[in-house]
Amino acid sequence: MSDILNPNSEPVAIATVDAPWRRIWRDFRSSWIAVISLAILVMIVLVAILAPFIAQQNPYDLAQLDYLDSLLPPGAEASSGAHTYLLGTDDQGRDLLSAIMYGLRISLGVGVLSALFAALLGATLGLFAAYRGGRAESIIMRLVDLQLSFPSILIALIILAVLGKGIPNVILALIIVEWATYARAARATALVESRREYIEAATCLGVPLHRIIFRHLLPNCMTPLIVIATVQVARAISLEATLSFLGIGVPVTEPSLGLLISNGYQYMLSGQYWMSFYPGIALLTTIMVINLVGDHLRDIFNPRRQA
Amino acid sequence: MFLWLGKRLLQALLVVLAMTIIVFIGVNVIGNPADILISPDADQLERAAAIRHLGLDQPLWMQYVEFLKGAVRGDLGDSYVYNEPALKVILQRLPATLELAIVAMIIATVIGIPLGLYAGLRPNTLLAKVLMAGSVLGFSLPAFWVGLMLVMVFSVELGWLPSFGRGETASVFGVEWSFLTRDGLMHLLMPAANLALFKLALIMRLTRAGVRDVLPQDYIRYARARGMTERRVIMVHVLKNILIPVVTVVGLEFGSIIAFSVITESIFAWPGMGKLIIDSINVLDRPIMVAYLMIIVLVFVCINLIVDIIYTLLDPRVRLATKGSV
Repeated sequence: MSDILNPNSEPVAIATVDAPWRRIWRDFRSSWIAVISLAILVMIVLVAILAPFIAQQNPYDLAQLDYLDSLLPPGAEASSGAHTYLLGTDDQGRDLLSAIMYGLRISLGVGVLSALFAALLGATLGLFAAYRGGRAESIIMRLVDLQLSFPSILIALIILAVLGKGIPNVILALIIVEWATYARAARATALVESRREYIEAATCLGVPLHRIIFRHLLPNCMTPLIVIATVQVARAISLEATLSFLGIGVPVTEPSLGLLISNGYQYMLSGQYWMSFYPGIALLTTIMVINLVGDHLRDIFNPRRQA
Repeated sequence: MFLWLGKRLLQALLVVLAMTIIVFIGVNVIGNPADILISPDADQLERAAAIRHLGLDQPLWMQYVEFLKGAVRGDLGDSYVYNEPALKVILQRLPATLELAIVAMIIATVIGIPLGLYAGLRPNTLLAKVLMAGSVLGFSLPAFWVGLMLVMVFSVELGWLPSFGRGETASVFGVEWSFLTRDGLMHLLMPAANLALFKLALIMRLTRAGVRDVLPQDYIRYARARGMTERRVIMVHVLKNILIPVVTVVGLEFGSIIAFSVITESIFAWPGMGKLIIDSINVLDRPIMVAYLMIIVLVFVCINLIVDIIYTLLDPRVRLATKGSV
């Protein structure tokens, strides 16, 4: 004991079994594409979180915009000479790089929030269906089938047509679009688990239903849900961008990447490509790296691969 | 079988009915149509008369019953913008959307199947690997971004193809078609390619998986052992067996292509149903919204029903499974 507390002593090998996250990380390192993707993803998330501190202007503070600087190409000097517009400006003299950073916040926020809530809703219903079986299961799974037989864009369109645009409505639409995927995966995994002895034991001991589902079943069904959640965040971001591009997603006061692309589209036809192009690159990079990380996670969690 | 069909029909009917309620109530909650329709200069009397004329003074459930009665007769109200029956306005746009969807599906099938066949027969060649990596891109790229890039390259930079509208149309049986004129075809090419991309990737992967599945089977080995030409083995024995799932998917995906045409039509200003619904949402033209959603839900319920029935007829395992459950 005193050896461990003494800073001069040699490190002692104590643990023989690695922590699970350490094992996952060792597996994860096996693909350099996935590692680079993860690094880029971390960078994107940091940019999104820190946007108010690192962007050179707040693009939605009208006092900071200079109308004389509108529609400048990438790399142009500001008329005040104070800074350079690395990616150009839009029709209101807004620095595009700053707008992209702020747009990332909204795109990522909407994507992550909706995936999180959808996972919570879908996983709960899926686990419940698998554990309870019978009528409850057949009703829930019938709903899942029904949901999945309609294309995602159509369901989102119906919901937004009914509720109108706005960030909360977009998140709600994405949750309704996505929950079924989680429910199906959770049920498939839980079907096997819920026949195991420890669940039987918990049931016999009279453990309450919510405790069985969240404390006993959920931790053992976590891996497939994590993989799906990763890929679903990318899907949610892509769908949100599409809806915003169509003008039925986020409001103009809080533009996501999709809305930035849409705003720049009218100028693209006259050759001023940068207003659509660069937000698009940001969107694309985000979706691609999330997908690559998710694909690799699926590979390392796949039990058949390890066999 | 008949009991199952009856239950399935009842379920489809319930879905449609549930949709009418959701759409009707939802659409009535967004804002007061009286504010949109009646000019702000109108005095109280004119306002009251207009509200009575539109039936907006009735309680919501009465409006719903009226709406249902109308819907059964095919009368879904008049568009606020076009001053014509909503159903008629939508059906006028239907040929444009159908034309786009059919051409996209043809492009996806005609290009996707040969590419998938190649990738399945020669899985280790560079081209096959590039194709498979490309198909992943086809799945994960947002369709609207691909459309924008097409416009940027082929319209703005190269100036080869027009970026919006249907171009010149020719009339057959009173319906205008773009694909019959050279100008119309030029207009059609880019939107159709954009819409086809996702399905192309899907069909290609499906074909490749099918080929990989079929090739090691005994009947292929025997066909080769009997000395058939490679051409005949592939064309008759391989292709015939993978076509069943591919054709099923083509049929199933047709509904989804109509739904996704909303995006393509908005980018290329293609005057079809998809662009109409987006425009209508933006100006709160409620009868059009309601009519569009009702039509598209009906189409989807029908497609799903038909696919279910065909599956049950073709595959005895499905029939057994459905007998057990509700």
